[in-house]
Amino acid sequence: MTELSSTTDSNADRKELLKFNGVGKWYGNFCALWDINLTVHKGERVVVCGPSGSGKSTMIRCVNLLESYEAGEILIDGSPIKNDPKSMQVIRRRVGMVFQNFNLFPHVTVLQNLMLGPIRNLKVSKKEAEETAMHYLEKVRIAEQAKKYPSQLSGGQQQRVAIARSLCMHPEAMLFDEPTSALDPEMISGVLDIMVELAEGGMTMMVVTHEMGFAKQVADTMVFMDHGEIVEVAPPAEFFTKPKSDRTELFLSQILQH
Amino acid sequence: MNTNSSNSAGDNKIRPKGPNLLFTRKSPLIDIAQLLILGGVTAWVIYKGAQAMQYNWQWYRVDQFFYRIVDGELIWGALMKGLMVTFQITAVSMVLSVLIGLITALLRMSNSFSGKLIANVYLEAIRNTPLLVQLFLFYFIVAPIVGIDRFWTGVLCLSFFEGSFAAEIIRAGIQSVHRGQNEAAKALGFSRFNSYRDVILPQAVPIILPPMTGLVINLIKHSAIVSVIAVADLTTEGLNIISDTFMAFEIWFTVAGIYLVVTVSLSLFVSWLESRAMRGR
Repeated sequence: MTELSSTTDSNADRKELLKFNGVGKWYGNFCALWDINLTVHKGERVVVCGPSGSGKSTMIRCVNLLESYEAGEILIDGSPIKNDPKSMQVIRRRVGMVFQNFNLFPHVTVLQNLMLGPIRNLKVSKKEAEETAMHYLEKVRIAEQAKKYPSQLSGGQQQRVAIARSLCMHPEAMLFDEPTSALDPEMISGVLDIMVELAEGGMTMMVVTHEMGFAKQVADTMVFMDHGEIVEVAPPAEFFTKPKSDRTELFLSQILQH
Repeated sequence: MNTNSSNSAGDNKIRPKGPNLLFTRKSPLIDIAQLLILGGVTAWVIYKGAQAMQYNWQWYRVDQFFYRIVDGELIWGALMKGLMVTFQITAVSMVLSVLIGLITALLRMSNSFSGKLIANVYLEAIRNTPLLVQLFLFYFIVAPIVGIDRFWTGVLCLSFFEGSFAAEIIRAGIQSVHRGQNEAAKALGFSRFNSYRDVILPQAVPIILPPMTGLVINLIKHSAIVSVIAVADLTTEGLNIISDTFMAFEIWFTVAGIYLVVTVSLSLFVSWLESRAMRGR
């Protein structure tokens, strides 16, 4: 109980970084997101869970406009995110994203994967980009693979490279779209360790995942989604022990069975 | 944890050589013999046919149309001059058709309605009318209006024709690059132009290259059609020589042989390039 109030308190004096205001999205007549309202504070770790097709990925992909949305708005630092090409580029530089399938660039080396973004989009020098790249490769513990091509790395290593690639852009927040779902079981912990370190370093994170152990460990806020709606937002202590909604309870009982 | 993939050429173990197949059933000698017999029979049939129509072979007169040496000075013959014109037409048309193809492919994949419309009308119009008719349209209508000479008329016509095929090759290549690649580039803040330049096209080009070679070979062959509007290419020169000398058999064989040498060496060169590029991966 004390832990719960402490997170609420710390959120109160933290700055609001991302804010969803009644966001809605349709594919034709199908409503993929409906009335999404959510605030993510600076340094807050939000873990989003829910059944597949519930709109979790769609929701976080709306932040950096990989998906368009028809209703509502998303604010960053209090100002609405616009969807003209220039503002889109700017928001994407401020918010990094890690994908389920890594999406590393297969035609260049690991090091070049990390350097390409900063050189093109932050206009840093080649030397500086390389230093930053090596710094983050060391952080994710694969500096010795820098000269290899992505296809020569295991899935877990590739995902760690993808995280490092995002970090090289010095993002203010990171979005993780099921970062461990495509990994072999023995590779998952290596990636989660990196994410825990990142969380401890104070990074603002929105993570879509089914890894409830990770959620319990790092989340400040749990979000449960179903059928394109946010059903429940709660601190993990409350979320896992006494969920308010029946749907949350059912979902948790299904995934925590084993 | 540390999965060291060891597929580099360095640790290739030394293995014994394969067995000598020279005198076995799989011997290459048998293939060569078959080829010789086939070639011999074909040559004999042509020779007999020519004899029956009392054709007077004059192969010894052909070499002067390649080159002559007058007073120790090398003078290129008509066939070589024609080949140079064919090369010029092909080279310029190749660059133009890749450009036209790239623009058309990007227009077709864009969100712009009019862009898509222009691209589709162009593709359908070019692909559903004969090349010869297009050439006449260019020669009798476009050229006088725009004021271009025969050479450029031929080049433009060929470029628009091959450009329609290039467009589909490029589009297929670009669309074969995984969607996630574009998303990753977007997520790193790449502009559309830069994501094409740094991420999409470098991955699409190796896929595009083999069918593009086919396109260039087609271009060399199709360039013969400019002889209809009297551009002095290889085919035109062949026609001229025949009307002067009446050596139809020798000259047509020679002209076909030159086209064959050019196209086959081009495809060999490109497959060598590809195998070299594959080694790096």
